[in-house]
Parts: sequence; structure tokens; C-alpha cells
Amino acid sequence: MKLNLKIWRQKNNKSKGMIHDYVLDGVEEDMSFLEMLDYLNNKLLNEGKEPVAFDHDCREGICGSCSLFINGVAHGPEKGTTTCQLHMRKFKDGETVYVEPFRAKAFPVIKDLIVDRSSFDRIQQAGAYISVNTSGNTQDANSIPIPKQNADEAFNAATCIGCGACVASCKNSSAMLFTSAKVSQFSLLPQGQVERESRVLNMVNQMDLEGFGACTNTGACEAQCPKGISVKNIARMNREYIMANVKK
Amino acid sequence: MLNSSIGRKLIMALSGAFLIIFLTQHLLINLTSLIPDNGKLFNIISHFMGNNPVVQFVLQPILIAGVIIHFTMGMYLEVLNQRTRQVSYIVYSGKSGASWASRNMIISGLVILAFLIMHFYDFWVPEMVYKYVEFNPLDENRYFHELQEKFYKGGVVKVIMYCVSFILLGLHLSHGFSSSLQSMGINKGPIKLITVLFSVLVPLGFIIIAIFHYTTTNIH
Ligand code: HEM
Ligand code: FES
Repeated sequence: MKLNLKIWRQKNNKSKGMIHDYVLDGVEEDMSFLEMLDYLNNKLLNEGKEPVAFDHDCREGICGSCSLFINGVAHGPEKGTTTCQLHMRKFKDGETVYVEPFRAKAFPVIKDLIVDRSSFDRIQQAGAYISVNTSGNTQDANSIPIPKQNADEAFNAATCIGCGACVASCKNSSAMLFTSAKVSQFSLLPQGQVERESRVLNMVNQMDLEGFGACTNTGACEAQCPKGISVKNIARMNREYIMANVKK
Repeated sequence: MLNSSIGRKLIMALSGAFLIIFLTQHLLINLTSLIPDNGKLFNIISHFMGNNPVVQFVLQPILIAGVIIHFTMGMYLEVLNQRTRQVSYIVYSGKSGASWASRNMIISGLVILAFLIMHFYDFWVPEMVYKYVEFNPLDENRYFHELQEKFYKGGVVKVIMYCVSFILLGLHLSHGFSSSLQSMGINKGPIKLITVLFSVLVPLGFIIIAIFHYTTTNIH
């Protein structure tokens, strides 16, 4: 199949980017979206041109490295799928496809389609960890009974791969879905209780410092999250945050 | 805490929820004007609301403060949120996952604000002038006729302006009702259903009242 690609090109963080047009013939249905970009880059290299820079690592939908805003939607048209797991059979022959980086003040563009998501790392560092007692008599985690529902909800929250699609899709570039998933994953489990209050206070504080917006509860994040993280986590984080402030 | 993003939303949610409670009692009182008793019950309640010192000097200032806090914070949040994306997307599918009402709370909100200014000018300002400027004598039976006159004199244009505002109020509430609970950390139970019912029935009630008085007041 043949595609009219409109791809955002930007030399570096300082320069102004713009959309470049590429007509790409010979795209196969079985290619993943990233393979399609590899194919384009091979062509560009053969022509002596600069290839399109984009982020990727596992290409299995588990690492959260890949990003891309495809035709106005984070990770493209297929629900519950990362860009690396999106296949070209979801597109039509002759289709025009816009490819832009995830956009947010807190995700500055490094080059072309690659953005700096280290703001997420700093939110994690602010509190997404647990104290582990290494005295030698640490209880085996499997011997602590946990209600099935809490275990399930914590596990679901923990499936967040931190790709940033929630921020990219949100009209306010809010990182509430990501942060709430990370808060929930710990606050639901006994191991997370020690830092329960300080965690949510510090992580929300860091989230605000990074320049993400507030949550208007539109639900775009949940709809475009490749892992289907629920906005119920945001309600939980609001609860945790309010309670932590009351107790403070 | 109130300076954080979650804190600001909590202020939005609490003031919004307070306005929802106010709106509910306002509708219930106005509905009594539909009872065919020539405005008797409506007059009794209106007289009480207009002359009870607690309502006048405690609840009314709280209400005005609530409205001011709500729309000031709403506009402030809108400005802050707009700044979080310096380069806009060329293609941005707002449709995918988020309702129009949720994405445009500021638009429906500003229409409501414009409506409130008109509404104050229609009812509240004359009322204040009547009571505290001209010091007119108490008249327990004036309210119903004043209401009828407003819609009759305002004509079809006023009725349409009221109805359009109520539709936008419905849109504001169709997101705001559940959103305020979410902002307070509540996301359990039949919230979606209650939101739909409330945001349809309440504006509909006001619309029916406006049209009713406009169409039945021709006798005057
Ligand atoms: C006076 C004009 C008004 C303006 C300018 C306004 C503006 C806004 C804005 C911008 C938001 C979204 C804030 C955000 O999430 O970023 C909002 C939310 C809300 N509004 Fe209003 N509004 C107005 C009047 C009202 C009225 C009269 C009611 C109720 C009867 C109301 C109820 C709500 C509720 C319940 C929310 C949800 C709060 C939340 O998301 O936590 N608003 N308003
Ligand atoms: S490359 Fe790892 S999730 Fe897409």
C-alpha cells in the first residue's frame, strides 16, 4: 500500500519544527507502525537524507518507550495498543497519516518525534518506592494475605508502562493518570503503607513542579491509554491526597 | 494543599457541588409557581426567602461568594491548563474519548455567567432596589405577578435566551456533576446515571417554567 505521510521534523530542542511530506510506496499490511518508519528511514538513508528520529525499545508493548501522536490520537487508531504493536492493516491504501511527537511543556522535543519524558522519572523518584526492611527477618510477601480486589486493582495500576499517552491526549497535558496509577499500585498493598501519605504528597508536588496541567476529568487519558488504566485511580489519588493533607 | 492542582480542583468541585444544591432548591421553589393556586404557595415561599434574615444576610452572601470563587477559579485553571502545551497539535482528535461538554466547560461556564448577569439584572437588582433603596412596604403577594410580568414583558427573545442558557447549564452539569465527585475522590455507584438524570431534568424544569409563564401570562 501507499501512504501520504506527514511527519513532524525538528532538528533539536531549540529549533522550530515543521511537517514534512513523504509519499511511501510498498508499505505492507503486516508491518508494524515502527517497521513502516524503519522502512521509510532505510529509503531516506539510501537517498542520503537524515532519517526520522523516533523512540522505541522492546517493540512488544511492554516498555513504554514508543510514543507518537498518529492522526490526532496517542499511539494511533487502535484502542489498547502501543505504537509498536499497531499494524499497518489498520490504515487504508492512499491514506494521509499525520505523525507528531507527544506534545506537552513537560515533554520537550529532543529531535523529530523523540520527546524527553524524564519528568515522569522524577515523579517516580519522588515517592514511587517502598521501604524494604533488610534486617533479615523480612516477611515473605506471599505470606501476607491481601484481599483479591485490592490485589487485582494494584496489579491493574501496575500495568502502566509510563509511556505518556495520558499526558499527550489530555487537553491540559495532565499527568494525573500516570501519577495516580503509580500511587495506587502502592497504596493498595500492605507494603506501601509506610510511605502512604508522604508518597502521594511528594509525587503530586513533583507532578505540579514539572508543569503538567490539572485534571478536568474528560477521560481522554483512559480512552487512549494503551494499557486501559482506569480514571478510578485518579479518584483514588484525589482521596489519598486530600486525606494525607488532613492528617498532616 | 489548596495551591496544588488537586487542591484547586477540590475548590472547583466543592463550589460546584454547592451550586448544584442551590440550583436544586431554586428549581423546587420555582416549580411551585406552576401550581394553579394563583401563585399562593410561590408567594409564601418567596416572601420567606426574601425577608428571612438568615437567608438574606448569611446564605445569600455565601451563594454569591460561591459563584465568584467558582468562576474565578474556573478561569484561572483554564489559563494555567492552556499553558501546558506550547506547540499545539496539527491534528488533535478531541472526540476520541472525551465528550464535548467535558472539553468545553469554560464555554458553557461563560454562557452561564452571562446568563447570571442577565438574571441578576432581571430579578435580583429590582428586588434589592425595591427593598433596600426605595424601602417599599412589604407586600407578600407581589412575587408571582412580578415573575409573570418579567417573562411577559421580556418577550420571546428573553424566553429563548433563558432556554439556551438552560441547555448550556445542562451541558455544564452533564460533565460537572460526576466530575465534582471524581475531584473529591468519589467514583463508585450509579454516578453516571444520576448525572444524566440531573443534567436533563433540572434544566428541563427551568425551561418548562419559563415557557409556561411566557405562554400563560397573556391575560395581563
Ligand atoms: C458562573 C459561571 C461559571 C463558570 C465560568 C464555570 C466554569 C467552570 C469550569 C471552567 C469548570 C471546569 C474546571 C476544570 O475542571 O478545569 C467548571 C466545573 C464545574 N462547574 Fe462550573 N462554571 C460556572 C457556573 C456553574 C454553575 C452555576 C454550576 C452549578 C449549578 C457549576 C457547576 C460545576 C461543577 C459541578 C463543576 C465540576 C467541578 C469539578 O470538575 O471538580 N458551574 N465550571
Ligand atoms: S517499544 Fe516498548 S512499548 Fe512500544
